[in-house]
Amino acid sequence: MLVLNDDQVMLQDAARGFVSEKAPVAALRKIRDEKVTDGFDRDLWRSMAEMGWTGVLVPEDQGGLGFGFVGAGVICEEMGRTLTASPFLSTAMMAATALSRAGSPAQKERWLPAIVAGEAVIAAAVDEGRRHDPAGTAMRAERHGNGFRLSGTKTYVVDGQAADAVLVAARTAGAAGETGGLSLFLVETGTKGLSSERLSTLDSRGAAELTFDGVEVTADAVVGEVDDGFPLLEVVLGAGRAGLAAELSGNAQESFGRTMAYLRERKQFGRTIGAFQALQHRAAHLFCEVEVARSAVLAALQALDTDPAGASLAVSVAKSKASSVARLAAQEAVQMHGGIGMTDAIDIGLFMKRMQVASTLYGDADFHADRVARARGF
Amino acid sequence: MDALEAFRRETRAWLDANCPAEMRTPVSGDDDICWGGRNFVFKSEAQKVWLTRMAARGWTVPGWPKEYGGGGLSHEEVKVLKEEMRAIGARSPLESFGIWMLGPALLAFGSEAQKQEHLPRIARGEIRWCQGYSEPNAGSDLASLQTRAEDAGDHFVVTGSKIWTSYADKADMIFCLVRTDFSAPKHLGISFLLFDMTWAGVSTKPILLISGKSPFCETFFDGVTVPKANLVGTLNRGWDIAKYLLTHEREMIGGGGGGLLGGRSPGQVAANEIGTDGEGKLADAFLRADVARAEVDALAFAATMARYKDEAASGGKGVGDRSAVLKYYGTELNKRRHELLMRAAGHEGLEWEGARSNDGERPRGWLRTKANSIEGGTSEVMLDIVAKRLLQLPNA
Repeated sequence: MLVLNDDQVMLQDAARGFVSEKAPVAALRKIRDEKVTDGFDRDLWRSMAEMGWTGVLVPEDQGGLGFGFVGAGVICEEMGRTLTASPFLSTAMMAATALSRAGSPAQKERWLPAIVAGEAVIAAAVDEGRRHDPAGTAMRAERHGNGFRLSGTKTYVVDGQAADAVLVAARTAGAAGETGGLSLFLVETGTKGLSSERLSTLDSRGAAELTFDGVEVTADAVVGEVDDGFPLLEVVLGAGRAGLAAELSGNAQESFGRTMAYLRERKQFGRTIGAFQALQHRAAHLFCEVEVARSAVLAALQALDTDPAGASLAVSVAKSKASSVARLAAQEAVQMHGGIGMTDAIDIGLFMKRMQVASTLYGDADFHADRVARARGF
Repeated sequence: MDALEAFRRETRAWLDANCPAEMRTPVSGDDDICWGGRNFVFKSEAQKVWLTRMAARGWTVPGWPKEYGGGGLSHEEVKVLKEEMRAIGARSPLESFGIWMLGPALLAFGSEAQKQEHLPRIARGEIRWCQGYSEPNAGSDLASLQTRAEDAGDHFVVTGSKIWTSYADKADMIFCLVRTDFSAPKHLGISFLLFDMTWAGVSTKPILLISGKSPFCETFFDGVTVPKANLVGTLNRGWDIAKYLLTHEREMIGGGGGGLLGGRSPGQVAANEIGTDGEGKLADAFLRADVARAEVDALAFAATMARYKDEAASGGKGVGDRSAVLKYYGTELNKRRHELLMRAAGHEGLEWEGARSNDGERPRGWLRTKANSIEGGTSEVMLDIVAKRLLQLPNA
């Protein structure tokens, strides 16, 4: 059934209430204006942990709630509506997925309770250039004694500026462009040779460029299989892509909703502008697109709960569609607001900026349309 | 094993034993579809056997109540049946306007006698229905229709004409909107009548379309006598039924956009016809990008149809005004799909007659889809419905 169950509806209500009270758009403005280095509010993150959100993807027998991807997506969607800044995507979705599925007993013991408690932030370091291209990973992890030595640069690492550890994809064999030969490592950010440069980004949340200059780690740092990390990386990225798609759906719904409110209130030529058919049809078309994106997102989240390794088609449909629809929603929002939509005084521009970041991360609309084409045999 | 899983197993076994091999191949076109009706000529023995077996179980209309010829299945069971049929490529045993449109309207508004008389015959494919809605001067503004039904004591006398009546020349009966009160506001003087296409005064004339085919007719009523027992619902309140029925029609027409899922996608067709590069990618980068985007939209739209139906089922109501979303999006998608198929065809899409093109199957199909965003309410009317009823934007 492509509907939320009762538990998921309760979670949605709780999330909506929480973010509208504790993390409205004004909270993001505060992070921006006060130049908060982390890119999020650590007190808010602890409150999210108290709500149980940090354990939403951690199985119950490992101390989490085991609410699944639909539950996680519901939270992302609500955070998308209020532009809530938090390490939920990196830590509670991507890192929790990697560790709970493929972490060693020692890694689980060390990190999962800390994630659930809201005490650890773990960033995923995948991309190395301007295009998202996981198979194109060039960063080397050369065998060194009993461990590995990592050398290379990772860019646009989400929450990397605030992370306690980084889940990093590096090449233990093969050449850039090959899916074989990749391995995942969990590296604490204080490790010698690892340096971080904070990037100031248009969504005010920041990111990091991480340089690994011969960073030495033991074999215990490997998450999953050496040389065969790509399938796990795909599952971890699947979690991130679906989370972003859900957030983009929330972003689109909110900028659409604010635009409809404006159409009902603004008067020109002696009447409410929402009465003009030229605007009504644009609004109606956009509503249809937003509805279609919402469906694709729910289908992807359910597919991930059913079979994470078999969900890549549904996830790519969702990420592609939600990215392009949130873009349309942001553009239409600014245009239909007119001049006021261009000002920093109202929030519409903030939705557009976050849309640009979220739609680009982990594959944009084109990247995922290409994956859909491959999956469908052309 | 839960009850639904048990139902799935039984269904799979029954379909395997009862669906003829010929009925597990794709239909080749409109004339390969089983429409039923008094004058229907089965194309094969297998087509007839398949209809008879499915109708005996009520599975031509699996969600209708058993007492009216349906299968009495729940929403979830209907989905399982459809999934299992799709899994073996089983054809629909029967298509008809009776199933899609009149049946749901009679279930909601018909008298017990009308349900008993008409629903089982629809379910068994014995009567083929057509729809008397549009008129030459009542297209998008349907409620301004002028076909009149005069009260003549125990019967009505119907006079006027309809247009765009799908398959009127092949239909046995018509469900028809008529004006019964000329003094009331236009929406409040309309009634919903059922009558037989063989009755005195009814005639039809096919309309030749740009596709070279004639799926639609003009239909004329010259003093047709219709018993009052054939009035559905309340006199002068036929517009309520008309709108209800239109939501089903729009949902059905919109479903055509999911056609990308049923058969091969334009991408697969094009890859087959144009060829692929070393990576298996369609060897026309511009076309591939456009098809890929259409494919994303088609898959997301299929999820939307499923979500709306699931939400409607769990809320115990119909899709309602959101059928306008499905109709708008699905038909625009289907037009896009055929544009892509024509781009893939290139010169091969230019032949109109001849065996190698199956008499221009592709261009004729492409031209036919241009009506998708007109029939059953234009895209612009759908956007009006979304804006006014779903978004509650103000009137001009």
